[in-house]
Amino acid sequence: MTRHTLSVLVEDQPGVLARISALFSRRGFNIESLAVGPTEVEGVSRITIVVAVEDQPLEQVTKQLNKLINVLKIVELEPESSVGRELVLVKVRADQETRSDVLQIADVFRAKVVDVALETVTMEITGSRDKTEALLRILEPFGIKELAQSGIVAIGRGPRSISDRALRPAERSA
Amino acid sequence: MTDQITGAQSLVRSLERAGVDVVFGIPGGAILPAYDPLMDSTQVRHILTRHEQGAGHAAEGYAAATGRVGVCMATSGPGATNLVTPIADAYMDSVPIVAITGQVPSAAIGTDAFQEADIRGITMPITKHNFLVTDPAEIPSAVAAAFHIAATGRPGPVLVDIAKDALQARTGFAWPEQIDLPGYRPVTRPHAKQVREAARMIVEAKRPVLYVGGGVIRAGAHAELRRLAELTGIPVTTTLMARGAFPDSHPLHLGMPGMHGTVAAVGALQKSDLIIALGARFDDRVTGRLDTFAPDAAVIHADIDPAEIGKNRTADVPIVGDAREVIADLVAAVTAEHEAGRAGDYAEWVAQLDRMKATYPLGYDHPADGTLSPQYVIERLGQIAGPEAVIAAGVGQHQMWAAQFIGYELPGTWLNSGGAGTMGYAVPAAMGAKVGRPDANVWAVDGDGCFQMTNQELVTCAINEIPIKVALINNSSLGMVRQWQTLFYESRYSNTDLHSHRIPDFVKLADAYGCHGLRCESPEQVDATIEKAMGLDDAPVVIDFVVHKDAMVWPMVAAGASNDDIKFARDLAPTWDREE
Repeated sequence: MTRHTLSVLVEDQPGVLARISALFSRRGFNIESLAVGPTEVEGVSRITIVVAVEDQPLEQVTKQLNKLINVLKIVELEPESSVGRELVLVKVRADQETRSDVLQIADVFRAKVVDVALETVTMEITGSRDKTEALLRILEPFGIKELAQSGIVAIGRGPRSISDRALRPAERSA
Repeated sequence: MTDQITGAQSLVRSLERAGVDVVFGIPGGAILPAYDPLMDSTQVRHILTRHEQGAGHAAEGYAAATGRVGVCMATSGPGATNLVTPIADAYMDSVPIVAITGQVPSAAIGTDAFQEADIRGITMPITKHNFLVTDPAEIPSAVAAAFHIAATGRPGPVLVDIAKDALQARTGFAWPEQIDLPGYRPVTRPHAKQVREAARMIVEAKRPVLYVGGGVIRAGAHAELRRLAELTGIPVTTTLMARGAFPDSHPLHLGMPGMHGTVAAVGALQKSDLIIALGARFDDRVTGRLDTFAPDAAVIHADIDPAEIGKNRTADVPIVGDAREVIADLVAAVTAEHEAGRAGDYAEWVAQLDRMKATYPLGYDHPADGTLSPQYVIERLGQIAGPEAVIAAGVGQHQMWAAQFIGYELPGTWLNSGGAGTMGYAVPAAMGAKVGRPDANVWAVDGDGCFQMTNQELVTCAINEIPIKVALINNSSLGMVRQWQTLFYESRYSNTDLHSHRIPDFVKLADAYGCHGLRCESPEQVDATIEKAMGLDDAPVVIDFVVHKDAMVWPMVAAGASNDDIKFARDLAPTWDREE
C-alpha cells in the first residue's frame, strides 16, 4: 500500500470533520494522520489527511468525498512537488550522565529544546516524517517518556495556490 | 427582513415557498411549535400517519410517482429515528425527499435530554446532506438548500433538524434568492468528446446492449431512451429500478437483468461486446459475481454521479451527466455517425437474443392441487389494472413477480425498494403515490410478511380518503427467505412460517381499519375479485390472495454465483452457448 497525502478544502461548518472521517472508516481505511486548520480564505478550512491505500480505492474515496456538500476541493499532493511537515514534542529521559548526549542529538537534528528538568529534556522538532522518525529512533535508547505528534500539514511547491481556484465552478470530472 | 414571526412560522412559510403541497408526519414535543402554524397553512396539507416510517415511505412514494420532492416530518428522538429506514431507503434508490425533524432545545443538545437523539449524526451516512439548525434566521436558507440538494444532481434524501428553541424564537423571514452552495455543483451537461467516442463505439459494436437503470426514470429520459433504442436498434434491458423506463411491449425489450432477470436480459449483458449503462450502477444483484460479469464487453457508463463510474466495473468511456442530456446527445452523435455512412449492424445479435427470448420466456406452473399461483394473481392484476396503474411493491418474492409478470409501459408506474430492500415499503409508498397522483389507480402488491410491518397506514388511508388497493400475496411465509431455505438450507424452514393463512384474518383486519376486505382462494375468482376491487373507490381495498407457498422465483442467479450459471428453473440451465 502506498501513502497518499490529500489536501481537502472544506467549508468551516460544524460536523464537516465527522462527515469526512466517517467516509474513511466506512471504507475501512485507516487515517494515519489528520490536521485541520484555517486557510487564507475566511470560512474555508484545510484538512490534510495521510492515508495508506491503493490507488483505485483511493479514487473511490475522493469521489465520495467530493460528493459531500461542504467539501470544496480535494487535491492529492505528490511528495516530489509538495512540502509536508509535522511537529513533534518529545520528552526524553536525560540525567546528568546522558544529558549532553541528548542535547547533542537535538543539535544535530536542529531540534529545539523547550524544557529541561533534572531528569528529562523536552524538545520540539519540525520536519518531514522521515526526519522526525529518525530523531525518535535515535532518542529511543535514552527512554522516551512522552510523545506528542501533530498531523502532517502539506502545501504544494511553486506559485500556484489550491484555494484561489477552489471557489470557481468545479471542472468536469470526466 | 419582513415582519417578525416565529421560527415555526418561518419553517411553514419556507415549505410553502419550496412548493410543498403535502407533508406526511407525526407531531411530538420538539416539533410541536411547527405544527401550530402548519394548521393554518392553506397550501400545505399535513397527513397524520400512524408511524414515522410510514410518513417516510409515503414521502418516497409521493416523490417516485410524481418526480417532485416528498416531505416527511417527525419529532426528536424516536420520532426521528423511526425515519431512519425510509431515509436509508431513499438514499439507496436516489429518491428526492426532505425530512424535517424537531430537536431538543439547543441548550439541551448533548445532555441526553428527554427524546434526544443525534439524528444529524445518525443520518450522516444515509443522507445526501443534512442540517442542524439552531438559529431561527437560518431556517429559510436551510430549507431552500435542502430542497435544492434533494432534487438536483443525483436525487436523494436531505434532513433538516431544527432545535425547538429555534422554532419558538422570533425571527425575520428572508427566502434566499439564490442558493449558495460552493461545494455543490453537479455536472449535468455531458462532455461532447466522450459522447462522440461513445457513438463511435456504438456503431462499431457487434453485440451491444443498453443497460438501463433507475437514473433514466429519475431524469425523465424515457422518451430519449426510446429514440436511441429505435435509432440504433440496440436491445434494451431495464433493471428493477428502471421498470417502465422502456415499454415492456417493445420488441427491443429483453426484460429485467439480474438475479431474477430474464434469460435473454442476463444473457445479453453476459455475451455482449458493448454495454451502454445509462443511470445504472452495476449493483451486485445485476452483475452476479463481478469478475465473471460480461467478460467480453467494453463499457460506456453514463451517470450523474461520478462516484458510480468505475466503482464496480471499469468504464472504457465514462460520461458524467444527466441521463436525459446524455441520451439526447448520444442520439445526435449516433445520427451523425449514420449520416457519415457508419451504422452498426446488429441483425445477427438481435436474432440470437430473440431466439433466447422465445426459448426461455418467463413462466410459471399452476399448482397441481388447484390452489392459487401467486404469479397468476400478479399477472392478471397487471392485465386488468392496465399500464396506467401505479404499482408499489414490498420486498421479496411478490416484488420479483410484480417486476416480472406485470407489463410496464410508462415511467413512474413501478415503485419499489430496490437498493435497500425494505420490507414494509409498499402500503405507505402506495399511499404517498395516491396522494401525489389522486387520479391514478394505485395498487400495493404486498406480501403477508411485509404487510404486517406497515399496514397501520391503511388507517391513515381510510381516514384521509386515500383509496389505495392492496393485493396481498399471502403465502403464509417469508417467501423469499423460505425459497433460499429450500434451495440452500435443505428445506429447513427456520422461522419463515408466518401462519398468516390463519392469523391474522386479513379480511377482518381490513374491516377493522375501515377498508374493504376481500378474499380470493382459487384461480376462478381472481378476475372477478380484482374487478370488484377496481369498482370500490370509497375506501381502501385489501384483497387477501391466499396463494400456494411453494412457488419460487425463476430464473435465478444464486447470490455470489456467476451470471453464466443462471437457472431458469430448479437445476435447469439454459443452453445459450450452443446457439453461437
